[in-house]
Amino acid sequence: MSTASVAAAPITAAAFKSAYKPIWCPGCGDYSVLSSITKAFAMLDLRPENVAVVSGIGCSSRIPAYTTCYGFHGVHGRALAAGTGLKVARPDLTVLVAGGDGDGYSIGGNHFLHACRRNVDLTYIVMDNHVYGMTKGQPSPTTEPDWESKLSPGGTGLRTFHPLVVALASGANFIARTFAGDPNGTAQIIADAIRTPGFSFVEILSPCVTLRPEQRGWKEQAHPASVATTSDPAKAARYLMTDDGFNIGVLYKGNRKPYQPPMGKGTKRVADLEAEFSI
Amino acid sequence: MHDKVKAQGGRGVSIALAGSGGAGVMTAGNMLLKAAAQAGWYGLMVRTSGPQIRGGEAAALLRISAEPVECLDDRFDLVIAIDWQNIHRFADELPLDAGSLMVGDPDQGNPPEVLTQRGTRLAQVPIKKMAKAIPGSWPNMIMLGIAAALVGLPLDAVKSVVEAAYGKKKKELLTPNLAAVEAGFASAQTLPAVPQLAAVEPTQTPRWLLTGNQAAGYGALRGGVRFVAGYPITPATEVLEWLSPALTKVGGTLLQAEDELASINMIIGASFGGVPSLTVTAGPGLALMAEALGLAVAAEVPVVVLDVMRGGPSTGIPAKSEQSDVSIALFGLHGDAPHLVIAPNSIADCLGATQWAVHLAEAMQSPAIVLSDQFFGQTQAVVDRPADMHFIGERAKASAPTEAYKRYALTESGVSPMSIPGTPGGAYTADGLTHNERGVPSSQAADHLAQLDKRERKLLRHDYGDYWAEIDGQGEIAVITFGSCTGPVRDALARAAADGIKVRLVSMRLLAPAQPERLSEALRGVKKVLVVEQNHSGQFHRYLRADFDLPGEVRSLRHPGPLPIHAEEIYRKITEWSLM
Amino acid sequence: MSTKKAVKQTGRKKAATSAKVRAPVRKKPGSPISVTDEIDFMTRAWMMELEAVERYSTLADAMEEHNNPEVTELFRKLSRIEQLHADQILEEHLSKRPPVLPPGGIRWDAGEEGPETADPGELHYRMQPYHALQIALACEQRACQFFTKIARSAKNTAVRKAAREMAAEEAEHVQLVEDWLKRTPKPDPDWDHDPDPPVQSD
Ligand SMILES: Cc1ncc(C[n+]2csc(CCOP(=O)(O)OP(=O)(O)O)c2C)c(N)n1
Ligand code: SF4
Repeated sequence: MSTASVAAAPITAAAFKSAYKPIWCPGCGDYSVLSSITKAFAMLDLRPENVAVVSGIGCSSRIPAYTTCYGFHGVHGRALAAGTGLKVARPDLTVLVAGGDGDGYSIGGNHFLHACRRNVDLTYIVMDNHVYGMTKGQPSPTTEPDWESKLSPGGTGLRTFHPLVVALASGANFIARTFAGDPNGTAQIIADAIRTPGFSFVEILSPCVTLRPEQRGWKEQAHPASVATTSDPAKAARYLMTDDGFNIGVLYKGNRKPYQPPMGKGTKRVADLEAEFSI
Repeated sequence: MHDKVKAQGGRGVSIALAGSGGAGVMTAGNMLLKAAAQAGWYGLMVRTSGPQIRGGEAAALLRISAEPVECLDDRFDLVIAIDWQNIHRFADELPLDAGSLMVGDPDQGNPPEVLTQRGTRLAQVPIKKMAKAIPGSWPNMIMLGIAAALVGLPLDAVKSVVEAAYGKKKKELLTPNLAAVEAGFASAQTLPAVPQLAAVEPTQTPRWLLTGNQAAGYGALRGGVRFVAGYPITPATEVLEWLSPALTKVGGTLLQAEDELASINMIIGASFGGVPSLTVTAGPGLALMAEALGLAVAAEVPVVVLDVMRGGPSTGIPAKSEQSDVSIALFGLHGDAPHLVIAPNSIADCLGATQWAVHLAEAMQSPAIVLSDQFFGQTQAVVDRPADMHFIGERAKASAPTEAYKRYALTESGVSPMSIPGTPGGAYTADGLTHNERGVPSSQAADHLAQLDKRERKLLRHDYGDYWAEIDGQGEIAVITFGSCTGPVRDALARAAADGIKVRLVSMRLLAPAQPERLSEALRGVKKVLVVEQNHSGQFHRYLRADFDLPGEVRSLRHPGPLPIHAEEIYRKITEWSLM
Repeated sequence: MSTKKAVKQTGRKKAATSAKVRAPVRKKPGSPISVTDEIDFMTRAWMMELEAVERYSTLADAMEEHNNPEVTELFRKLSRIEQLHADQILEEHLSKRPPVLPPGGIRWDAGEEGPETADPGELHYRMQPYHALQIALACEQRACQFFTKIARSAKNTAVRKAAREMAAEEAEHVQLVEDWLKRTPKPDPDWDHDPDPPVQSD
């Protein structure tokens, strides 16, 4: 594009909100996450056409269509893989991958590890409600061991997954936890995550009011982390390992170089490659 | 009610209860069906709803009849709506005509135009006001009373269901809601008539009220399954939810896996350990399982995969039925990988077919895919208690293996006795690599061919008996179908028979391995074949064309979900064709 | 609506967590903001109204999608009322130099939402107008307290005066909503009754 001749008006969060009305239950934390994401995009003065929101499957994963950005509502658990492919092939785009705890930590758990390791410059948001919302309430990896459901009468008895620790151990460059009930605070952190090069992981506590109505009480439980952001993984590890699950803030910000496989310069024509076959 | 209209024949009466925002129409529908069942009628109920997890628009679609019913009718006699909000979104699923009656609440506005345009009559009952007038009662109980009165269901039958629902736990809710049912019942006396249920005697033989998902779960247990691993997916999750406590009761266990790759590999592991195992999924999950199904074929580990089909591909229409996983179930595995594919042909048959699948899988040490679908899985139906079947999963086991034990011995039947871990002297390595008879990896042509032959042989030599298909009727026209299209086909054939047109029915239960000789036998003398299925590309039709010999002229009647194939479409196709 | 009272805790088991209950992230009624002059202050007040307008409209959309027409209508009305307030502030105080909204909305000091912005977490698909008005009342009360605080603490006299006026106005709104609540039927005892299970999909 040629240089703009008129100064563009600052973009507003509303410009990132599509006309589709979410199917989410009234009260669901995901409404606030949507609002935070659109605010973060506006704060960064992005343009919807230059942003891709990539998701998997779940209530939370319905989010791309509720934005005016390019959206990709893929298959369950594979959002990070799709987002990685997109970002590597189109480094010029801002890529935000979003989904739920089941999508990201259960079926997508493997991709989560490798996305942290790979450290491609994208932001991954998990709307964690400690349950499978879309399929009506089965335990996810972050569900408490004693939470009862039809599929796990008496609870799973399983240790909960600690996504922040796993992200740190796997090499994520930016690790934060936010609470959906604080949309402006969440927006700040998302903006910070997008701004920070490399793989940024934002875990958002986003209550499921339908299947876990007690999560309405998260409002009282979430609290600002008692430590400042660190770039020391050892410090972060110690803090995260004793974390109560409700610490809010940017808990780790490293300075690993993002991974972007070298893009060839393209000095040759395809036909030039024939030379290697000639006898 | 003015002149009573008798329901015609076995079609019974069809009722839709609609409402939104938590109106409780499913609960009312369930109660209506239960009341009818207890009073001696057959019936079924399909749920349909908007995409919202809570508070969406919803309708309970019922068909109640003196005779067994296996699908919804093509039209509704009666629609009762607590409100009409967004009901137009499923107008397609509510075919009405001039003979139908709509009952609405005048305070909730008018029905959408799509519903009124066919000249359907509208009657008004102030449902919400009536409920308000009885403190502690709910509008859906008024609705229940109206529905019962209009179709001729005795008030006592409904009241006893309400009593059972609220009487024990929530006594304070009982009196007002019984009063609401009575008020609804009384208010219907002045409404225009709709067809009434044909009279029935109280049942003498046992009947069940269940969904296909429950039936399949029960069938798995009857077949001997004691280990289940699964990952939730609509519309299959209820099978897992039913099996979880049930397995505990009969001495087995269920694991919620982290995904479908884990589910299938977990059950392969469990079955390698000698425990009959099953997983449950829908299309996207089946696709993920494809790799490991190849392993189960190669390593000859029996497993059963129940696929409750939904609209596809990809996330598709998750809560709606479609028979579009036929091709992936038959051909989705890599390599030459013969395996079993079985399709239940009714809600009750979800039990028998799944039980049979466990039996076959165990007998042939082969993976079996059971193709149920959302209609079967999530429809509640009143059925005659299915007959007991002798199909039990029994695996040929190497009881006293010696050093010379050949896990993959080339037997005449193709089935080689399996040594179960823990058996002294029988240790071997189950392998996805091509192997020789002892299970030692081999890339030799002879071993590869011998093992491919053996695995094919064991499926082809097995005697599947008459259970491979339901075959009914005579005539030069035949309808071949499978799964949930069987119900509407049966309805269509009954209508054709009433017109004096004889039609043969073949509803295939065993889709693979193909039984071309048996089908040819069943179609002897047939000149016209109509293939009926619910998908876009005619996957079943193509399979029949490729692997079977079909006599005379062959036509395909198909359309994709979410709309069911109606008996009327099939009936019309047959009558037109029979005149030509 | 105080969710704890209004929303029945139907969860099978309370989340097992060792977390001590600490101060919520959102410190109601909004932490004080440092304003430089009257224009700055009125700009904040204007933005606060706009944030409320937008939120009510989102809540109305959510209720509409979930087939709750009464509450939808009420939130739309509240959104219109807040828009009138916003316009009034603009006209009376900021007409000379209409402010521009910062990208990403308003930056309240603690990163939280504006004091008059309704909490979407308070919604329930079966809620009744009374509940919606309780939400509105809480918003007006927070706004009133917020301005009262500034009226007391601001260094600039003009700001203190403006804040007093705004606080008085918000107090009037509190009164209006309270009256409105009095005219509105109390929620039915079983207002959140829904015998049907949630819908599963995807
Ligand atoms: C391959 C596959 N398996 C299973 C499903 C069914 N499924 C859809 S969403 C979901 C879980 C959603 O939970 P989560 O990711 O936590 O998101 P939430 O709905 O809670 O926002 C599952 C299991 C699917 N769509 N695809
Ligand atoms: S089920 Fe839970 S996660 Fe899904 S929309 Fe409703 S509240 Fe949100």
